[in-house]
Formats: sequence, structure tokens, C-alpha cells
Amino acid sequence: MPDPRPAANILRRLPLFVAGLCALAVCAALSLALGARSVPLSTVLDALFGTAHGRDAIVVTGLRLPRTVVALAVGAALGVAGAVVQGITRNPLASPTTLGINAGAGFAVVTAIYALHLTRPVEYLWFAFAGAAAAALFAQALARRAGDLDPVRLALGGTVLQLVLLSWTSTVMLASKRSLDEARFWLAGSLAERPLAVLYPVLPTLAIGLVIALVIAPALNALALGDDSAQALGVPVSRIRTAGGLAVVLLAASAVAVAGPLAFIGLAAPHLVRQLLRTSDHRIVVPGALIAGPLLLLTADILGRLVIRPSELQVGIISAFLGAPLLALLARKVAR
Amino acid sequence: MTANQLSTHGLDLRYGDRLIVGGLDLVLPGGAVTAVVGPNACGKSTLLRGLTRLLAPAAGTVALDGADIHRMPARALALRMGLLPQQPVTPDAITVEALVRLGRYPHQRLLSPWSSADHQAVEEALRRTGTAPLRDQPVDQLSGGQRQRAWIALALAQDTDLLLLDEPTTFLDLRHQLDVLDLVAALHSEAGRTVVMVLHDLGQAARYADHLVVLKDGQLAAAGAPADVLDAELVKSVFDVDCRVIPDPETGTPLVVPKSSAQRHPAVTA
Repeated sequence: MPDPRPAANILRRLPLFVAGLCALAVCAALSLALGARSVPLSTVLDALFGTAHGRDAIVVTGLRLPRTVVALAVGAALGVAGAVVQGITRNPLASPTTLGINAGAGFAVVTAIYALHLTRPVEYLWFAFAGAAAAALFAQALARRAGDLDPVRLALGGTVLQLVLLSWTSTVMLASKRSLDEARFWLAGSLAERPLAVLYPVLPTLAIGLVIALVIAPALNALALGDDSAQALGVPVSRIRTAGGLAVVLLAASAVAVAGPLAFIGLAAPHLVRQLLRTSDHRIVVPGALIAGPLLLLTADILGRLVIRPSELQVGIISAFLGAPLLALLARKVAR
Repeated sequence: MTANQLSTHGLDLRYGDRLIVGGLDLVLPGGAVTAVVGPNACGKSTLLRGLTRLLAPAAGTVALDGADIHRMPARALALRMGLLPQQPVTPDAITVEALVRLGRYPHQRLLSPWSSADHQAVEEALRRTGTAPLRDQPVDQLSGGQRQRAWIALALAQDTDLLLLDEPTTFLDLRHQLDVLDLVAALHSEAGRTVVMVLHDLGQAARYADHLVVLKDGQLAAAGAPADVLDAELVKSVFDVDCRVIPDPETGTPLVVPKSSAQRHPAVTA
């Protein structure tokens, strides 16, 4: 007799997944329509199908479409990276930021601006990726003990590394006024003026990171029982943690390379999924974060465009503004 | 043929530089309930970690039916041997049924669906441990005894012939201690599981085990049937306790009764 329950489990959550996708579609539509120059949805559709011309159409297809697609990709990467890093560390307050990913990217970009006189975000891409990856790998090397990652050391080491990198970044920025001006905007994290082309170089790393995350999701469930129980269940604990660490590096470094350092999306997306779907099953949380991440990021981005129209607030500022109270709330819940 | 027999040969277990278990030669009979006893810090739990591959031996081997467990694939070993650690981590907000389902991990492949064998094993584990009525409750809201039964159910769902339990009765009151031990006894007698458990209470060990392993300072002090090995001399040398060992009035198994203390009962002692 085949068991009806797991199928029922997935079916029971299917409406919420569909609702999430619908919300994401609405957000994407709003992201195309709203901004300094609001465009009616009918014109958005016409522009997408190539039947509209004029300034509105150029704004939609030339600026907002790439921006929205970039937000979808970056949000998804950060959400999944957050779910995985919380899984491998068994720490609900861990996020890609904890591994020093944002601080590493920030330091690399500021140094590149200072030393190489770069001026455009597109040029920062590989410096950001390299800085983020190097920092995260270094944090994991610090946490390595007897061939495995120690979750407590990972959180501590990553936090210390983050502080060191931030102080170095400040030093470089204070050394020259020009690098300070250039770096300020990038360091706030933004999706503005990102052509689709910035996404192409990181598509392979995003794809590999996502596949790893989905493949190890069942093992993360066993890992949640503690290393001893997981090992007794036949989980190759250290290999899963290493693979998870690699997935986080690939996903979060790609995201930060494209959009600059964005905090809180990686932390908040998995929690949103756990709360809404009332589950800690990683086979649901990981794909759920794939939807919740871009949903949060797009919402923050749209709000940023509306609060001080016709100017705009950068998405990194908005997400931190919304994310900080959330973090406080979570800390209260965890401490309880 | 003795299946499910664990044996160690010249086993050294270390934490860093510290030798915890040294040169241990041991045979844990298949098809029996074995209790590992000994004073605090004698290496009981460390031995269990060595037997389950949570700790790699510094020297010597651990074999399951003659095959070195440290050379077996992790999943292959997980299909033969289940473990209840002393302090497992309960994931946030996980229900009893979801916890027990995790016991099926070694039986599943990435793209294979939940099979009817998985379903039956989970239902059987819930039924045997009496946790079926609790299946939708969050584990972190259960009482200590209920939680321990849920964790045993997870190990049962793993469906291994060999089950190792690290102090399964610690932190439980007498009623729940007996519930857990009776459950273990039933698993052995009805389901034919081989059980190895670390216990603190010598009387319980003598009642519920077929085979007793007594450790002291990481060395084997005695091993054999409780009635054969448990006597006043052994308790004195291993635990440094003066006692009488009398037949348990209920079961006839050895019962350790410590001699009275001069401070508390001077008349009796005199």
C-alpha cells in the first residue's frame, strides 16, 4: 500500500507555494510599473510584447526589466544561501553575512576602486566575487577542526573576520576621498543601473550553488539532529557541511558581486518560510527560500523607489531598515 | 552463526592526547542485550562512540560480524546499526512523526519516493514506543519520558538489527526508566534486536541485560552474565563501594545493597 501522507504533505503546502509564486509575479509587475516615472500596467504589458514605443517603453524594457530580473536572481541566491548556512551551522541567526561574505566583497571592491581607479559597478563584479569567496572560505578554514566545520567556531570566526575586514575597508576609504565617494553607493547595496549583462557571468555559479543546495536538503534534515545522530543515520556529516559551505559561497558571492552587500535577505527569507509553512523540513525550506528571497528583495526595492520619489533609497538600506526589527524579534524568540 | 556480533581487538580510543579506553578486547554477543556499566569517566560513553564510528580508534579495530566498521560505507553501517546518543539535538518545532521519519534516511535515495516499507517502519516504530497518539505534537513540548520514547522510535524506524543506546534512562523518573527498559526488553524478545546500552544502575543492568560489560579506567574489569560477574568483590574494586550482593526478591538477578553508613545508622554498623 503506498503511503498517502507525504504526497498529502506536499499537496497541503502546494497552495502556499502557488500563492508565493503569485505574490512574486505581482511584485515583479509592480517593479516594472512603479518608480520615479510610474507606468500603467497596460503599457508595461505592451512594452514587454514590443508593441509599445516611447519613453515609457524604454523605461520598462531598458531599465526596470533588467533590474527586476537581477532582483529575482539575487534574492533567490541570498534566500537559498541563508537556508543552507542556517542548516549547516544549526544556528537560526546565521546568514551569509555571518561568514564575512559582505565584508569580504566590500573590502575587495574598495581596494580595487582605490588602487585601480575603477568607477562603474560592472567593473567591480569579479573583485566583489573574489573578496566574498575568499572571506567565506577563510572563515570556514578558521572553523575547521578535525576535518569538520565546528558550527560555533564558524559563527565566531566569521564575525571576527567581518569586523577586521570592515575596519580595513574604513581605512582604505579614509585614505582617499575619491574611493570614498565611489564606494559609498556600492556599499549600500543597490539594484539600480544593473544591465542584464552583469548577471551572465554569475549564472553558472548560481546554478551550481542551487543544485548543491537542493541535493543536500534531505541530509540537512538529519544534520539538524546533531552530528552524532546524523552520522548514525549514515550522513557523511563533514562532507555535507563542506558541500553546504561551498553552495553558500557560490550563491552569496554571486549575489553580492551583482548587487553589492545586502544584509538581512539571507537571514529573513528562510525564517519567513519556516513561519508561514510551519515546518523546519529543509526539503521545503530551501525551495521556499527560493521564492521568499526575491519576494523580500523586490518588495524592499519597490519601497525604496517610492519613499522619496522622484529620488530613491537603495535597496540595501530599505532591507536593513525592515530587517533589523525582524532580527530583534527572532532573537527574542530564540532566546525564549 | 552469531550474527550482529560486535567485537573489539586491541582498541585504543583517545581524545587528543588523553587515552580513554586502552587495549580493549571485547566481544558483545549477537542476539543479546548487553549493558555497559562502570563508574563515571570510566570510558563507557567513549566506548559506545568507538563502537558506532563516532570516534575513530587510535589503535585496534572494531568489527561487526568480522568486518571492520571503519572500512564500511556510512550508509551500509547505518542500515545495520542504530544509535540513540546521550544528548541528541531536537530541531525546532519538529513533530514526533517528522522526527521518526528521519530514521528512514539511510533507506532513501535522492529521487526515490517514500515507499510503503518506509511507511510501515515508521508506523511500527510509533506503535511499539506508544508514541502514535503524539505523532502531530512538537517534540520540544513533550515530557522527558515521551521525548525519549520518540527518539527511540527514530532509532527503531531506522530498522537495524543492532541498537546502541547511550544512557537511555538518564533524567527520567522511575516509572519512565522502567518504561524505556521494558521497551528495550520487548524489542529484544519480540523483534529479535541486539541491544547494547550504557546504564548507571547496576540493579537495572542485572535485571535487563543478558550480558554485562564492566569497565574501570578504560579497561575491562569483568564481562559475562550478570549472575556470574556481579559480586561484592567486583563492586568494591570497580566502584569502591562496600556492599552485599543479594538475589533480587522479584527476579533473582543480583541486587547490589550498599553497606550502611556509620554516620547515618551507627547502631546497625556497630
